[in-house]
Parts: sequence; structure tokens; C-alpha cells
Amino acid sequence: MLKTRVMPCLLLDGKRLVKTVKFKDPNYVGDPVNAVMIYNEKEVDELIFLDINATKQAREPAYGVIANIATECFMPFTYGGGIHSIEQMKRIFALGVEKIAINSHLVMNHDLVTKASEKFGSQSIVASIDVKKSWSGQYRVHTHGGTKNTGQTPVEWAMHVEKLGVGEILLTSIDRDGTYEGYDLELIRAVSDAVNVPIIACGGAGKVQDFGEAVKAGASAVAAGSMVVYHGAARGVLINFPSAEALRNILP
Amino acid sequence: MIAIVNYGVGNLGSIQNMLRKVGAESEITADQGAISRADKLILPGVGAFDSAMDSLSNSRLVPVLKRKVVDEKTPLLGICLGMQLLTRSSTEGQTPGLGWVDAKTVRFENGGLKVPHMGWNTVTIQRDDPLFRDMYPEPRFYFVHSYYVRCTDNGNILTTTSYGHEFCSSLIQGNIRGVQFHPEKSHKFGMKLLKNFAEMV
Repeated sequence: MLKTRVMPCLLLDGKRLVKTVKFKDPNYVGDPVNAVMIYNEKEVDELIFLDINATKQAREPAYGVIANIATECFMPFTYGGGIHSIEQMKRIFALGVEKIAINSHLVMNHDLVTKASEKFGSQSIVASIDVKKSWSGQYRVHTHGGTKNTGQTPVEWAMHVEKLGVGEILLTSIDRDGTYEGYDLELIRAVSDAVNVPIIACGGAGKVQDFGEAVKAGASAVAAGSMVVYHGAARGVLINFPSAEALRNILP
Repeated sequence: MIAIVNYGVGNLGSIQNMLRKVGAESEITADQGAISRADKLILPGVGAFDSAMDSLSNSRLVPVLKRKVVDEKTPLLGICLGMQLLTRSSTEGQTPGLGWVDAKTVRFENGGLKVPHMGWNTVTIQRDDPLFRDMYPEPRFYFVHSYYVRCTDNGNILTTTSYGHEFCSSLIQGNIRGVQFHPEKSHKFGMKLLKNFAEMV
């Protein structure tokens, strides 16, 4: 069994599947349920869905879409976006979602995660941390889809959320998002050295070799976006996933 | 027709979809008539033992299920908590289980390991059974549970899985089978298992 989890990280804007570059210019890439049906065929072991506008637009998660995804999804999946209460979490888990990711509201409400992991188990709660380099080259944690700078360093913030009780950390480099330049290995190294919870590296994957580099840098799992929704330099939409053989050659 | 027993816990859509995908007809139902007519039954379940037993009792489906499963020997597959409900009791709660299989449900006491046991894990087949017939090599399934089933008779164990120690990840007692993992979340492996269940005679 492949120990390293490789998961598509898919972005929702309500009902629509989109893909960004550096968290900007969301490009419509299709219907999320169709994408799920293709990933079922590809025997993907896990999926992540993040609604990138729920918090920004102060709206509820698109429960109908999440239910449709859960119904079609023959693999476990994580949902994130606009989650700020235990009640919402109960509703999301009841739809058949395995894990919930929290990002902006983790910064705004520290109690939320502690309560959630007591109630649902820390394994079902993922901290999503979006990181951007400042003009002077300092890593800083951003929320609200990359629009608000918290001033926190990712290492401090990761240590803090680990204490609050999250089960894993989805660590995304905003600067690498959609660039195919490979993961920010320095960021992965710094954060994975500081915490014990598994790190899912996200942002920048362009080829399977990048997965291997992220794991060497300390990531327990890797997520990919553009690579699994686009094909070729022209970025034609094509839902795809590397073959088991290709992954086996690269990953532990 | 396979009846997926709906007593108000969780989203059962992915179980039905996976059955559809392998060409098996099923119905998500809380109707006694539909359950009476079913050729096979699936008992799903998520959440806490007592509240699921309460929901099942409140659904008034226990007598018809008992007649079908215990008296008429209709094949039943319990999934996750649905498997645990088939046992006599669980250390998670006070409410007795259905007691249709000779087993108890107990909590993982793993010292260092995290509970719940959550994620993909492999299973080792312990005895020949149609449920795992022609299964793909290195079968692995998706698990989410804090309690596991301990069979009185090890002969009832279909597969074991290792999490701190070996535990029973699926069982059989006559026409009753139970799986601790979620076949509906275990893509090709789960699909094969559900297909096998659907095609069982």
C-alpha cells in the first residue's frame, strides 16, 4: 500500500468547480460531481473540496452541492469553506463528509477547533493554512482567500493550531498556486519540523516528481490542483490523475 | 432487490450509488413492506452506539429485520456501526445491541495510537467467503471508528486488520456479515465487495 496520500484539491465557487492562479482569476473548469465521477474511475484515495468564496461572501456552504458530491464520491473527502460553527459541522458530517477544513474562522475563533475536535475527533478536523511571502520575503499566514494578512508566521501558527487540536494541516503556498513550479519546499520543511501532525503540501505541483520532493521535505501527503484539472501548456480542462505505477515509482 | 435500511443516520446515497454502479438494484427504505420483500439487506450506521440503537428502535423496524435475518436467514451486510449494532453490546454505551452475532464491541485502547482509527488500511483474509471472492490483490479499505468488534469464536472472523493490534475488520455468522470499514468509500475494493454481496446466492 502506498503510504503517501495523493489528493486532488478542488476549488468550489458555490456550485461551480474553478481553478485559480496565485489565488486569483478563478477559471471555470466544470461541474464538481462530474469531476468526482472521473476521480472514482481513477481510484483516487482522497479528495479535498474548498469553497473559496463562502467566507469572503459571508455565505453558508453550498449544502446541496456538498450532498451531491458525498453521494457520488466513492472515496473519503474533506470539505472547507465558510465553516464557523459546530452546528454547520454537524450538518456537513451528516451529509457524508469525512473531514472538515477550517481556515479563516480558525484565526477568528480559536475555541471552534478545540470544541470541534472534542466533539468529532481531531482526525476529522483539518487546519487549512494559506501562506504568502511578503515583499521582504517573510512568510505570512493569510485568510479570506489570501486577501487578509494575519501577520502570523506559518511556523507559529501551525504550532498553535496543533495545540488547539487539529488532526492535520493543509499547507498551501499562495505564491505557488497554479504555477506548476513545484511546492515551496522551504515552507514545508519549516512547518513540518515544527509540528507532529501530518502536513498535506499544496500549491505548485506540476509533475509527479514534485510529490517526491515535498515528501522528502517533510510532507506526509500531497495535494494537487492545476495538475489534475488541466492538461498541457494550453491548460485545456481535463480531469486526470497520475497512474498508480507513476506514483509508486516516486513515493514511499 | 437489496434494501438499505434507513433509520435516519447518515447519507446512504453513496452506498446506493455504488450498488447501482455494479448493476445491483437497491432501495433506501424505512418501509416494513419493502424490507419484507427484499432479497438482501444492508444495515448502515454512523455515530454513537446508543443513539443509533435508539434510532433503530424508534424506527420500529427491529421486528421485521429480526424476522428476515434471524428466522428467514436473509443475507445481511452490516457496515461500520451497522456491524457493531449486530453484536450483543458495546462499551460505548448502555443500550444492548441486536445480539444476532456472538460478539461484543469494545474500544481501542492503543496507548500511543490515535483513536479514532481513520484512514485507509489493508485487510488480511482469514477464511474463504464469497464476499471477498476474486478480490483485487492487497485489498485496502477506508476506516473511521473508535470501537471494534471482538468475536467470541475466532472462526467467525472473515478479515483482520492491524491497528496497534490485529482486530476483526469483517465477520460472518451464517447469513449475517459485517464490515467495519466503508466499502462505499473504498472505490474499486468496495465496489468489488458490494458486487460480491449483490451476486451472492
